[in-house]
Amino acid sequence: MNDILGIIFIGVGLAFDFFGCLGLLRLPDVYNRLQASTKCVTLGTCSILFGVFLMLGPTAAGIKSLLCIIFLILTTPVSAHAIARGAHRSGVKLWEGSIVDRYKEDKEGEA
Amino acid sequence: MKSKIVLFIVGLLVWLLLSWPADTQHLLVGIVIAGFVAFMTGDMFVQRPHLFTQIRRYLWLLYYLPIFLWECIKANLDVAYRVIHPAMPINPGIVKVKTTLKSETGLTFLANSITLTPGTLTVDIDQERGFLYVHWIDVKDKDVEKATEIVVERFERILKRIFE
Repeated sequence: MNDILGIIFIGVGLAFDFFGCLGLLRLPDVYNRLQASTKCVTLGTCSILFGVFLMLGPTAAGIKSLLCIIFLILTTPVSAHAIARGAHRSGVKLWEGSIVDRYKEDKEGEA
Repeated sequence: MKSKIVLFIVGLLVWLLLSWPADTQHLLVGIVIAGFVAFMTGDMFVQRPHLFTQIRRYLWLLYYLPIFLWECIKANLDVAYRVIHPAMPINPGIVKVKTTLKSETGLTFLANSITLTPGTLTVDIDQERGFLYVHWIDVKDKDVEKATEIVVERFERILKRIFE
């Protein structure tokens, strides 16, 4: 039973990882690509790790995969934030279809 | 002193989970090293240790987790839909939202939650004035107040009870 559930979780995770990579290729600029890669890849990888935990049970590897989920959820948004902020500060433009850029407006007001 | 104890417990717990299954050797090494690390760096990491003893914060955290997980799954389906749709229905932009959270932990968790939920990604924080700059894949409203309502408020109410 746990094996079947685990395989389902791993399958769903692989699908989300695939969508994340697809988004990385299709979306137009750095910020949109970060959206796809942070969200889909986080949940996808967490789902794969949870599937591994279900299949292995509370063994050494199973518990480690649970810990990995916690670290992943805590660290992915931080690195995404760092990349987005770094990109904006070093002058990477938003895609031309973007509607509004309050960050740029505010920074120009200060300078 | 309290903050050192908190860091000691957290460090020991993570170590024991990493070295699972626990035995005497691992436990002894863990206690020695967690004690040393907590003694050296406890005051740097944990600034408000009294918060850890209030039970209702943990209950709010338990209440927060399923909401967060549900939003996270919705976010994934939303982004996946936008990615596979042939016309790519995106409408991106960076909006400014307000927050009333003040503590660093609270702001960090708010920014992380925003990043992991539907179509939003925190770009920068202005801690003094309480503004977050959020990249939104589908901008519904450019106005500061309205955007705040949509993006921030569903988490802010709960996070305030956990971290403030």
